Amino acid sequence: MTIPDDLKYTKDHEWARPKGARVLVGITDFAQDQLGDVVFVELPAVGDEVKKGESFGVVESTKAVSELFAPISGKVVEVNDPLVEAPENINEDPYEEGWMIAIEPSDPKELTELLDAKAYKAHVDEQG
Amino acid sequence: MRYHPHTPEDVRAMLDVVGKKSVSELFRSIPTPLRLQRPLQVPPALDEIALFGELGRMAARNVVSHPPFVGAGSYPHHVPPTVDQLLLRGEFFTAYTPYQPEIAQGTLQALFEWQTFVCLLTGLDVSNASVYDGATATAEAALMATRVTDRSKVVISAAVHPAYRDTLATYLRSTGDEIVTVPFGADGRTDLAALARAAEGAAAVIVGWPNALGVIDALPEAAAIARKAGALTVAVTAEAVSLGLLQAPGALGADVAVGSFQSFGNSMAYGGPAPGFFAIREKYVRQMPGRVCGATVDKHGRRGFVLTLSTREQHIRREKATSNICTNAGLCALASTMHLALLGRQGLADLARLNHERARLLRDELGKVGVKPIFAGPVFNEQAFDVGDAEAVVARLAKRGLAAGLPLARWFPDHPRARGALLCVATELHSPELIQLFAKAVKP
Amino acid sequence: MSNQSGWKPDMEKGATSPALDAPGLGGAVRGLVHEEPLLFEHGSKGRCGVSLPAPGAKAADDLPAALVRGGIEGLPELSELEVVRHFTRMSLWNHGIDTGFYPLGSCTMKYNPKSSEALARLPGFAGLHPLAPAEHAQGALELMYALERALSEIAGMDVTTLNPAAGAHGELTGMMVIRAWHAAHGNPRKKVLIPDTAHGTNPASAALNGYACVQLASGADGRLHPDTVAAAMDDDVAAIMITNPNTLGLFESDIAEIARIVHARGGLVYGDGANMNALLGNARPGDMGFDVIQYNLHKTFATPHGGGGPGSGPVAVKATLAPFLPLPVVVKEGEQYRLVTDPKERPRTIGRIHGFHGNFGMMVRAWAYLRELGPEGLKATSDLAVLNANYVRASLQGDYNLPYQTDSLHEVVFDDTAQKEAGVTTMDVAKRLIDHGFHPPTIYFPLVVHGAIMIEPTETESKETIDAFVAALKAIAEEANRDPEALKASPSKPFRARLDETRAARKPVLRWTPGMKV
Repeated sequence: MTIPDDLKYTKDHEWARPKGARVLVGITDFAQDQLGDVVFVELPAVGDEVKKGESFGVVESTKAVSELFAPISGKVVEVNDPLVEAPENINEDPYEEGWMIAIEPSDPKELTELLDAKAYKAHVDEQG
Repeated sequence: MRYHPHTPEDVRAMLDVVGKKSVSELFRSIPTPLRLQRPLQVPPALDEIALFGELGRMAARNVVSHPPFVGAGSYPHHVPPTVDQLLLRGEFFTAYTPYQPEIAQGTLQALFEWQTFVCLLTGLDVSNASVYDGATATAEAALMATRVTDRSKVVISAAVHPAYRDTLATYLRSTGDEIVTVPFGADGRTDLAALARAAEGAAAVIVGWPNALGVIDALPEAAAIARKAGALTVAVTAEAVSLGLLQAPGALGADVAVGSFQSFGNSMAYGGPAPGFFAIREKYVRQMPGRVCGATVDKHGRRGFVLTLSTREQHIRREKATSNICTNAGLCALASTMHLALLGRQGLADLARLNHERARLLRDELGKVGVKPIFAGPVFNEQAFDVGDAEAVVARLAKRGLAAGLPLARWFPDHPRARGALLCVATELHSPELIQLFAKAVKP
Repeated sequence: MSNQSGWKPDMEKGATSPALDAPGLGGAVRGLVHEEPLLFEHGSKGRCGVSLPAPGAKAADDLPAALVRGGIEGLPELSELEVVRHFTRMSLWNHGIDTGFYPLGSCTMKYNPKSSEALARLPGFAGLHPLAPAEHAQGALELMYALERALSEIAGMDVTTLNPAAGAHGELTGMMVIRAWHAAHGNPRKKVLIPDTAHGTNPASAALNGYACVQLASGADGRLHPDTVAAAMDDDVAAIMITNPNTLGLFESDIAEIARIVHARGGLVYGDGANMNALLGNARPGDMGFDVIQYNLHKTFATPHGGGGPGSGPVAVKATLAPFLPLPVVVKEGEQYRLVTDPKERPRTIGRIHGFHGNFGMMVRAWAYLRELGPEGLKATSDLAVLNANYVRASLQGDYNLPYQTDSLHEVVFDDTAQKEAGVTTMDVAKRLIDHGFHPPTIYFPLVVHGAIMIEPTETESKETIDAFVAALKAIAEEANRDPEALKASPSKPFRARLDETRAARKPVLRWTPGMKV
């Protein structure tokens, strides 16, 4: 299971990657492994507002449904549309091809409230 | 007891393994005050001979000597005996929901074929694996439309089967959604001007195809109104044989087609069971209620079938599921599939035309004795006639062993012509001779 | 323990070899099992499988041309024999109760009596129109009336509606009745309490009534504890929904106390009767504090389920709730029976929930079954169902982990903890059981048990059948340690190997189309 050092994490297993003025968001390797084969993903539209800790979409495997929770608040400025046709990217490459949305944060300070890789790893180990 | 294989020796041997002295001990987790201390007060056991005597007596009290002239949501049709003989194969008949696809391919392929038949007949993209009946299918369609559109008003034609409308009302009472009922006109078709006024802001516009008065309703016009208002058009078909003659609802603008396939392969059975069908345009598939079967491959690459898209359903999504439905009408859907397979392209077209022809004959024969249709609109195999006093005709013919029809006053007590209106059906089972006899009996 | 199925691991060798699996020229794969295309993929133009009078040439010339369609493209064109072979061949790909043991937990897959089928097909039942004049339907109404009385007695309730078409439909109806009762008392309330062991239909049915669901954690012994209920209970709670015995097969021994807690705050107690087979003649929900309970006639009363339905889900209630039951209702007036359909006669009814009167055909079968059993037979049914489940439990306890030690009633739940080290999962165990000739138990449910294996043998299975099943599960436990990879490759005997469910869900193909590709 990989947990890249340069990302920020939520306890709900989303990751956040600051990139210029935007923050890319996806789910972690641990999350995709727990879900199993992802078959469907429902993402917000560009322009939607998301709020830290609130649901911004849904990811489904054959046997489970999980809500996606925003790691930070802000406006959705880009959506990874190819995921809708190729949800397997979430399983195969959760941190690159499997990114879900880009958010323009309304309060960049929120990023500092997220877990770093070490803290997230401890959180995952705890869940075991 | 022939269904209980245990000998006293078996019971003893099994109790030894379990480590208990008596069967009663196995129930010790039920506190004594909650244990029933007396035999159930139900009738004493019967052997098979007595059982057939008892239920045979009950069955004989029901009068079924002639095909009924009442349809109104349940239709007398000839089901080839081939259907029942195949249906009774224990591998189909005694299977459960196909949760283990490797050993349920027979059920699953048949469901896939059912879904295909429903799509072909309705002209829509996707069908589920069946629902309880036409009434609940209508309610589920309305609920789906409220989810799809995020609106809370449902517009329904008064000419949709009243029991379906009542069921819809019961379902929606709990959700707080509003129902607006639109009247029908003198031709028996939905009042389009009233529909246009009501459709604004609606989630769904629901019309019959054909409707409960037997009339081929203004579906294309209703669909155009609905589309303009941003509502889904739901076409309700209780007599599915009509789909062999009338345009597919999907081709006329319906987004959802629901109703009953009882007419294919299922006896009337005093109202159930019979398969409800539920078909939609593909874009609504994630909001569809109920199970659905899909094609896939096994690990050797051979085609096979599984239940799929199940994350919509209650066993995974629980209170957020698209419906609470679990059990459906699978076996009834299988009977329909078998009947439709036998009918095929030509047989279905012939059967539908034959039904319409017999309905015309009924109209002609009643016309000869001076009995005229109530509504001017075109019909399939069912029509309302002005017989003077419908209840009196029903009572009189009942004495002769004939179910004459449905007095429309029971459905529409306030309709100006309700007192005389009798809704009658004619199908392939009503021979020309029987129809002539019936006409003479209605107006002797 | 003898291996009654006769299956040996070395029989697998070659079973998946292409030579054996390639269809013969007659389509035979193995023995007499054949490949069979979809209905829409064979036949020939002009064939037909029915015998009907020909319609006249002018049959539909009175209808507007725009509303009429010609022959429907894509419909099959097959002779009667082709259709017969099609379905006969497909039936052989299926496992039914008539084929073999079917210990699907919570589904009560008992034998479906053949006499019930013959009786349901009597013309007086099968050929009766639902709107036939009451004088033509006295026998049907008499049967419904008698069944209603018997089901009320068996549940310890006062009145039963036969209208719901399935268990979940009964839940929905029952919760509507509860909602209507509360509304009549001035406040429908907002919440429903549901233990974490519940069937998914419970929260879904509550939600359809506009209720928020509050999940209650079951205790370490697998049962619901009064303290948990008391802590969650307030004046906004309309009802608690409890399955008893619960889906772990355990009796909720504190049910009376739980009911008292809920009633004290004005709530009602709903019972999911899916597991009534454990109680028949031994205990009655109405005596435990339940106000409402739904039956599943296709479980407890042996009516066939045919690959997913039909069902029948009568709802039994206490007298205070009776005025709210749906229409129609069968009443007896003197010696005559009648259907009450007019809400004016029942002003507090929730209304209709079905197009007619429910699944009458299932009522005939259930009544036939009930009549043949009688009071002693009903009690023997739950006695033997509970004995069989406990026998399975005692026989397998050393081989599979039992997450709850509490006494079992009619079903027992194991898990795959003991197999984990070998990397074998519940799914592998289930699929290998198929190779042994058994339908797998319910798996991965209830959700509170990780990797649950839920076994419900029912009373109609003999000791020999259960011994063979136990032997197979023991052999699988042994194989898990010896050769886990072989288990992962199972099943190898059925018509199809493990199917790719991910592919089915990612690229849904839900109907045949010309040239269809999977």
